[in-house]
Amino acid sequence: MTIQEIQEEIVDEFSMFDDWMQRYEYMIELGKSLPLIAEQYKTDDNLIKGCQSKVWVHAELDGDKLVFTADSDAIITKGIIAILIRAFSNQKPQDIIDADTHFIDEIGLKEHLSPTRANGLVSMIKQLKLYAVAYQTQLK
Amino acid sequence: MIETTLDIQAIRKDFPILKREVNGQPLVYLDNAATSQTPQQVIDTIVDYYQRYNANIHRGVHTLSQEATDAYEVARQKIQRHFNIAHSHEVIMTSGTTDSINLVANGFTSLLNDGDEILVSAMEHHSNIVPWQMLCERTGAVLKVIPMNLEGELIMEEYHKLLSNKTKLVFCNHVSNALGTINPIKEIIDAAHKVGSAVLIDGAQAAAHIKPDLQALDVDFYAVSAHKMCGPTGVGMLYGKEEWLKKLPPYQGGGEMIAEVTFEKTTYADLPHKFEAGTPNICGGIAFGAALDYMNSIGFDAIAQYEDELVQYATEQLLTIEGLKIYGTAAHKTSVISFNIEGIHPYDIGTIVDKLGIAVRTGHHCAQPIMDFYKIPGTVRASFSFYNTMEEVDKLVEGVKRAKDMLL
Repeated sequence: MTIQEIQEEIVDEFSMFDDWMQRYEYMIELGKSLPLIAEQYKTDDNLIKGCQSKVWVHAELDGDKLVFTADSDAIITKGIIAILIRAFSNQKPQDIIDADTHFIDEIGLKEHLSPTRANGLVSMIKQLKLYAVAYQTQLK
Repeated sequence: MIETTLDIQAIRKDFPILKREVNGQPLVYLDNAATSQTPQQVIDTIVDYYQRYNANIHRGVHTLSQEATDAYEVARQKIQRHFNIAHSHEVIMTSGTTDSINLVANGFTSLLNDGDEILVSAMEHHSNIVPWQMLCERTGAVLKVIPMNLEGELIMEEYHKLLSNKTKLVFCNHVSNALGTINPIKEIIDAAHKVGSAVLIDGAQAAAHIKPDLQALDVDFYAVSAHKMCGPTGVGMLYGKEEWLKKLPPYQGGGEMIAEVTFEKTTYADLPHKFEAGTPNICGGIAFGAALDYMNSIGFDAIAQYEDELVQYATEQLLTIEGLKIYGTAAHKTSVISFNIEGIHPYDIGTIVDKLGIAVRTGHHCAQPIMDFYKIPGTVRASFSFYNTMEEVDKLVEGVKRAKDMLL
């Protein structure tokens, strides 16, 4: 599936929820099921620094596709990462660079998009895209 | 259970923001240690200033400038009276506690020598650590830390051992923002004076709950921010004993702080203007005075008593939640409850309770050394003010329970 298709699928899933509680409960479930980053990659280098919760992201190439693994010490943050990884992992770096992230608004997580929100989505998305840019250069 | 003589519902009507809804729920504001809310009386003062007599002070001969100058100086006198300060020129208007601390740290650059020692407590806010580290870098002085115990109390025997004739400055908060501990500042001040050291107390967290008598404390410097005590942001006070303020060089150059200027030499203005370069936060200063009037009209004894009731009730209720641990269990504490639930990150709790309209702080509260001490990433901090209610405590407890159910 393309990033666009996966995003639409996520939007569909979230549209089934009536209120914030169900959305957050789902995110917490996603967080619990997130494929964890291998312990060896939970290093300071892979840490997205912020004041609230810790987030580690690791990226590696599988053929021409970029695979992300991640972890956080906060479960809601983990849920957010799980959603991002579902959308962006196993995709070509150029597609990740080009992807828009409008779906975040549509699934009612806009409040996490504020650039000033410590360790919010914005810095995570930026980090994923930075990895994509780095690996795109490597692929060339 | 409720013993307070305060009419909390009437008090709440003074605070327009408390009528707000957040995420469809009535706001439960429990982040008072970060900033307090502003009563209508203070808002009116701010509006009145801009509508009627906005002008620059201490220089114009026109009526508006005179009125603004008078109002600003009246505010300084209100601050002087509130903190029982001997002279109004010992009240330096600053942009807040951080600014006040930096003013002192900067001034001590010329008073310290290589090998001199500065003592700071282990429970300081970042803003209280960094200026001293910078001062040490400039002067070769050494920073030493007064340790604390697991309850979040300073270990006073260690403090007394650290003091020596090398000690030139002791720095400590009156109340810890992260733990709520009320520190024994009188003992700290008296002991420091015996070895000839100056003492600066950060009163930012204390000033909303305790009315300190600065002359009785015999403290050398005391710093507060207006926004923690029902005033606006961007204004605060540094109290300094006259002898110390005369010793310290000016902090910033600019207008207002000079007596005479030629290209060869400038002579500085007298206190307090020597430390008040440029146009100050005039409206903020006047509103600071109005905030003190407001709080004094309620009365600090009544405020302290009621807040104790709130904190006691909240502590009891929160502790009924299994796995909940409170950090900072000092015998003397005020208005702050820092806690975690085993197995849950504080950020997650904060996110869920925000959805329920409850404002708490999560994170390290700019006191990372304390979090390192307890080996935790941070805490959830509920901090109370006299306008909070027992019902709000119940909502907090319910909210935390709900968050726990969702997250575990």
